[in-house]
Amino acid sequence: MSEKKICVRNVSKVFGPHPERALKLLADGADKEEILEKTGQAVGLADTSFDVYEGEILVIMGLSGSGKSTLIRCLNLLNRPTAGSITIDGEELTTAGQDQLLRIRQSKFGMVFQHFALFPHRTVQQNAAYGLEIQHMEAAVRAEKARDALKLVGLEGWEDSYPRQLSGGMQQRVGLARALAVDPDILLMDEAFSALDPLIRRDMQHELISLQARMQKTIVFITHDLDEALKIGDRIILMKDGRIVQIGTPEDILENPSNRYVEKFVEDVDKSKVLTIASIMGRAKVVAYPKDGPRTALHKMRDEGISSIFVVDRDYTFRGLLTADRAAEAVEHHRKPIDEFYERDIQAVKPDDPVNTLFPIMAETAKPVPVVDEDGKLQGVVVRGNLLAGLAEGGSNR
Amino acid sequence: MNLSIPAFPLEDIIEAVIAFLTDNFAFITKGVSDVLETGINLLQDGLEFLPPWLVILVLVFLAWRLADRRVAIMTLFGLLLIWNLRLWNATIDTLILVIFSTGIAIIIGIPLGITAALSPGFNRIVMPILDFMQTMPAFVYLIPAIPFFGLGPVSAIFSTVIFAMPPSIRLTCFGIQQVPGDLVEAADAFGSTRKQKLFKLQLPLATPTIMAGVNQTIMLSLSMVVIAAMIGAKGLGGEVWKAIQRLQPGKGFVAGIGVVIVAMILDRITQKIGRGNSCE
Repeated sequence: MSEKKICVRNVSKVFGPHPERALKLLADGADKEEILEKTGQAVGLADTSFDVYEGEILVIMGLSGSGKSTLIRCLNLLNRPTAGSITIDGEELTTAGQDQLLRIRQSKFGMVFQHFALFPHRTVQQNAAYGLEIQHMEAAVRAEKARDALKLVGLEGWEDSYPRQLSGGMQQRVGLARALAVDPDILLMDEAFSALDPLIRRDMQHELISLQARMQKTIVFITHDLDEALKIGDRIILMKDGRIVQIGTPEDILENPSNRYVEKFVEDVDKSKVLTIASIMGRAKVVAYPKDGPRTALHKMRDEGISSIFVVDRDYTFRGLLTADRAAEAVEHHRKPIDEFYERDIQAVKPDDPVNTLFPIMAETAKPVPVVDEDGKLQGVVVRGNLLAGLAEGGSNR
Repeated sequence: MNLSIPAFPLEDIIEAVIAFLTDNFAFITKGVSDVLETGINLLQDGLEFLPPWLVILVLVFLAWRLADRRVAIMTLFGLLLIWNLRLWNATIDTLILVIFSTGIAIIIGIPLGITAALSPGFNRIVMPILDFMQTMPAFVYLIPAIPFFGLGPVSAIFSTVIFAMPPSIRLTCFGIQQVPGDLVEAADAFGSTRKQKLFKLQLPLATPTIMAGVNQTIMLSLSMVVIAAMIGAKGLGGEVWKAIQRLQPGKGFVAGIGVVIVAMILDRITQKIGRGNSCE
């Protein structure tokens, strides 16, 4: 493997005014709850050591409260470790002075946050340029770099909007552009996609992977979602109660879970928790409305090369399915709205359902299956191709 | 019932402290007072020398630029009414006192508020003092003002500043503290210095709240300037005070309406400024 970018050695973090006693108990092998009971100090991290290699995506995963957010914040000293050492390119961080620390944060790190943390009083462009502005870069240069970064994440043309005018997915693209604009060596991504809808989340995961193929940054990515970890991680660190439970490639972790905790995680994977319908479904690219004429509907189908189309209300409430045959029939009879020609009795599935609910449905019909959420809104579509591709992709991880 | 325990000599102590301060420092404060008073008088005379319609036009124009047309129209009719009620000079006196007091209160208050927001230690010291300043009956501030600044407008300004400053400090502090933690963290993550964080993030986001504090400071200044008529501040408060002494309810109410008009104009203009900034 390539060079070590970050070395973390025996880092512990104790929250509270008098960490000494807690540290001693930690050294004796006491666990988090015991220490909280005895000293009133909360342990965030207990004696963690690992390396981050240049150009890899390292995923830190664990449930909430496992210390993963504390850990990523230790890397750029947003949290100051209570004990241990962190070096970046050989430079010790824990003893760095304020100026040195600011310089390292400015030049080495870009960070992306779970809830975006965009500056509401700045435009998209000004947000993207923030890191450069902090470094006193010339206005013209930083404007250009910010524009380039926005282009990279597909936000060309949105420069003068304000964050609140953008959807969640687009806001996180701004967050990503803000981090990329400073051209950092290391990207820290703290649950960066956790607040996004499943479909947008998947797009962003793909995009991150393809961006990474071009840029070759070192990325530390936090998530609580094993599916996400398996998909984007070159290596995965599993955490529990502030300790590292296992470090390894996705295959390592799935094949040789190091203890019961990891095993339980992995078991859940096998129960198709990873493969929910949301993770394999496609976008319903075109839809027809009940008031559409049959020619309009046929035209939409021809454009997309599909033989049937979902009918939804303007607010995307799912109505039914119109096949090309029925639409053609309507044209013949010169009947105007497609209202009475579409099938209403269509079996729908929910985005959170496991994939295997699809098998019996798919066995019976060749028609696309609508994915509809609790509010009755159309979220996506599954055809046989999606299902096979999804299973193949999920299978290759195992 | 008689208490057998002697009273704690708090009264004597306070008087001794004030006497000490007066003996040793009054020559400075008196000097400041003289200079300031000359300035205030010049300004008052100057504005009163100008024809009222000109001043009204300028103020209406300002209201239109700073706020909007509705506020400008209200300003126009309000000031015309004041002119008609023969309260013009008194209103100018009051306005100038309010502007001076508010100006000083803001210049001191906002930096103190920023410091209180950024330094927990300072915050712990300042907040109880603010509670004290705000709950102490306003009249009490008038008494020590006199030995330091003498009877007149400067004493009025001094006690007004003390009375009106707390909201500026408090709301500046609050405005900065309520900037979401994750935004501050983001600014930190990109290596912002404290100063950059303050000027690029915290102050811009706190501006609407700070302006709400400034608005309250102006309103409190106005009410205190009226009370300060008792120690020789002239203006609308002086008219009210005269009316009280001569038991002339009509005159009192007329002057009171003048105060209400000035309050409404100042309030609407500062509110609009605050909101204008938050829209950006």
